[in-house]
Amino acid sequence: MRGLEPLIFEVSKPGRKSYSLPALEVEKKPMSEYLPGGELREAPAELPEVAEVDLVRHFTRLSQLNHGVDIGFYPLGSCTMKYNPKINEEVANLPGFTDIHPYAPEETVQGALQMMYELQEYLAEIAGMDKVSLQPAAGAHGELTGIHIIRAYHESRNDSARTKILIPDAAHGTNPASGVLAGFQTVQIPSNSRGGVDIEALDKVMDETVAGLMLTNPNTLGLFDENIEKIQEIVHKRGGLLYYDGANANAIMGIARPGDMGFDVLHFNLHKTFSTPHGGGGPGSGPVAVKKDLAPFLPVPVVEFDGEKYFLNYDVPNTIGRVKSFYGNFLVMVKAYAYIRSLGPDGLREASKDAVLNANYLLRRITEYYDLPYDRHCKHEFVVSPQRIKKETGCHTMDISKRLLDYGVHPPTNYFPLIVDEAIMVEPTETESKDSLDYFADALIAIAKEAYSNPEMLHKAPHTTVVGRLDEAGAAKNPRLRWRKGM
Amino acid sequence: MDFLPNTQKDREEMLKTIGVKSIEELFSDIPPALRFKGDMKMPAALSEYEVAKLMRELSEKNSAKDLATFVGAGAYDHYVPSVVRHVLGRSEFYTAYTPYQPEVSQAVLQSIFEYQTMICEITGMDAANASMYDGASAAAESVTIASGLTRRKNALVSRTVHPETRAVTETYAKGHNIAVKEVPFENGVTSLTELDKLLASDVACLVIQQPNFFGNIEPVEEISKKVQAAGATLIVQVNPMSLGVLRPPAEYGAEIVVGEGQVFGNPMAFGGPYLGVLAVRDKYLRRMPGRLVGMTSDNRGQRGFVLTLQTREQHIRRDRATSNICSNEALNALAATVYLSWLGKEGLKELAEHCVAKAHYLADAIANLKGYSLAWNTPFFNEFAVKCPVDPEEIVKSLVSKKILAGYPLGRAYPELKDHLLIAVTEKRTKKEMDDLLAGLEGLA
Repeated sequence: MRGLEPLIFEVSKPGRKSYSLPALEVEKKPMSEYLPGGELREAPAELPEVAEVDLVRHFTRLSQLNHGVDIGFYPLGSCTMKYNPKINEEVANLPGFTDIHPYAPEETVQGALQMMYELQEYLAEIAGMDKVSLQPAAGAHGELTGIHIIRAYHESRNDSARTKILIPDAAHGTNPASGVLAGFQTVQIPSNSRGGVDIEALDKVMDETVAGLMLTNPNTLGLFDENIEKIQEIVHKRGGLLYYDGANANAIMGIARPGDMGFDVLHFNLHKTFSTPHGGGGPGSGPVAVKKDLAPFLPVPVVEFDGEKYFLNYDVPNTIGRVKSFYGNFLVMVKAYAYIRSLGPDGLREASKDAVLNANYLLRRITEYYDLPYDRHCKHEFVVSPQRIKKETGCHTMDISKRLLDYGVHPPTNYFPLIVDEAIMVEPTETESKDSLDYFADALIAIAKEAYSNPEMLHKAPHTTVVGRLDEAGAAKNPRLRWRKGM
Repeated sequence: MDFLPNTQKDREEMLKTIGVKSIEELFSDIPPALRFKGDMKMPAALSEYEVAKLMRELSEKNSAKDLATFVGAGAYDHYVPSVVRHVLGRSEFYTAYTPYQPEVSQAVLQSIFEYQTMICEITGMDAANASMYDGASAAAESVTIASGLTRRKNALVSRTVHPETRAVTETYAKGHNIAVKEVPFENGVTSLTELDKLLASDVACLVIQQPNFFGNIEPVEEISKKVQAAGATLIVQVNPMSLGVLRPPAEYGAEIVVGEGQVFGNPMAFGGPYLGVLAVRDKYLRRMPGRLVGMTSDNRGQRGFVLTLQTREQHIRRDRATSNICSNEALNALAATVYLSWLGKEGLKELAEHCVAKAHYLADAIANLKGYSLAWNTPFFNEFAVKCPVDPEEIVKSLVSKKILAGYPLGRAYPELKDHLLIAVTEKRTKKEMDDLLAGLEGLA
């Protein structure tokens, strides 16, 4: 079967090469004189053999098959696909950041430790929390870390009956998965008619068997839970703790702080809120911030400052241990730090304000055609549902999204949150102009009209992309997860 | 700098469409008591020039960048070729996210497919995922896979496994109520007699590292036989670079292979981001955490790639998912793919051989220095432990002034080895740098 771009293995030719190695300068004996014969590899791994020009052309041509924030609008809900400033990429490539070993003596990495320490301070300030660990590598990793901290906190008080974690039905899929991974049973809390946590349901299940509640606020519907004060009171009064999923923190920087809302522990996604690029699926970074009482449980090491020098503190009395080797995704931190220093406190607040303005504007531009399950002002994102379109034309969210590809924009998040039928979850971010929002709104409206005039156009979309709809069922039924000769 | 494209006029028009007077009104659902009214305590905004200057100054404070690095211990100073940075700098790759829409994500998907293939080739395993956070979390999640499949709640980890891998495994295991026991070492490798004592019928798995944390070659054949006889899963953490010369773990019965993929085209970067390699035998496939890319075709008959077997994952299965992992280390895996394409079939072998030859040159020379000796008489790859006549912490501190980062003092993780220094040699180390290290060590004895 022909592909758009051959696999690198398919352009390989024996004897071609790109690499060059520094002079050996010392004697090289047969490997069997250094290593046990039985442990030696008999044949080299079948890696591609290509010249440097082949390699560069392959990956350059391949890159042209992808959409990214630098190419166009990318309103993927809950992912905060904001523009990634170029200066951040440049500074993260400085040798003083890339060429330092994690076990180098502290006095030789003072700049790195200072940056990390200050980043901890800034994040604590934005969160309204007391102490931060930069170790988790992604949002879900931060959740796992936070839930382990909650578990360790209860254990330290011999409060071992708390085996459950409460999670609203609108939550990100990582929340229940993280709860289970940290050893808890998860209990789902329904949403109320305004899209917030159903207080009565929460009140009913919140007892001494519950370790805590995981909440995203604004939630995945893009709605701020107006009852947060009441929620935190119910949870805290009965001995539980509150976890804040910071995936949606782009709505609230400098406007409201999770710490002030009563949350005890949270994670931020540096690759969302703080503009570090998503890398095609990572690396991210998921720092965890806690209130004072939970600081003794943070993973080790924590970066500290003694007034003269910065150092790694491994002496955290009740630490949950480690969740990652070394200190976290350092270069991602460098980019987030540069971003925070660029914007400053006012810039961060302005970013959140425009993120919310953009989302509300876009929402109001399309509600004539797309149904709004909860008619309120949204925060940084919103969810609509093409209920009428579905009923009247048979076109689904999937069809609309695939048709959007023909308009050159990346579709929003589809079919999530699960509590909204045919959900379309849109997060425009603050780095889009009114013009790109208008283009997107016009496209959505045009597609809604097409659904009535020419539904086949949607069912068969996309038409202009380099590949058409792919056979996902076939891929799962007969998994081909690696290339082999003659495939 | 704010990176906001909207003009004041744009904002006014937008407010009008929404039907509110100010942006402030859009926040009216936040209870007034919870509104943040102060100023966040942090420095004011900077221009691009000022940020560039600030970051350069911070980076210059890291004198470690100018040291000839003989520390390995899980992060290695290999050369990152120019093509890696060039490809990673393509913003089509780095400003994309998880390829949920395959029609506009074939670059990310195909490159992951190529990565999966390369990892299978190198390790000999059946399937590799799109990457984990790092080698340590890959090992930790493997213990969960093994425990799930064997329905056993005890795991063994050799003490010759990286101390931080063991620490992360311990944290993850707690969540699954898996009890982790450590297997002591003998002569620098996992003790077979101790292993016999611990390998009971309730053991789910054994995690070993090859070459181990001390750089030594483990007796994998004997270990594997014992593990198989106990009906447990053998999990092997590799330094993937070593597989240029060492045989693929699949050949000696590894059922799950994990590794720190940093060595393939990722700078040391003070510990991250790196990538966790995770490869399995077929029977573990549906328990595997993380993204997998599969080959398929589109409705026009063209070959294409998609995320597949997603019912394992959190966004579908929620509390019943095999893991909570969502974002992984895709860009670092791309770096590995480009790097391995650059090295190719011969390059990986030749580079690994250079590391072996250089490390042995240095080890032999250190063994001839008065007062120094090799810790064990055990074969090693590119890293070895040296027993020193003076405190290794002092050696490290003292040689920094000679622009040398001498090694990793093993006493930090192994109290019984407090007079031992762990030294790694990559292809980047020149004979002069090695001879400078030798002179430095000699001068301190």
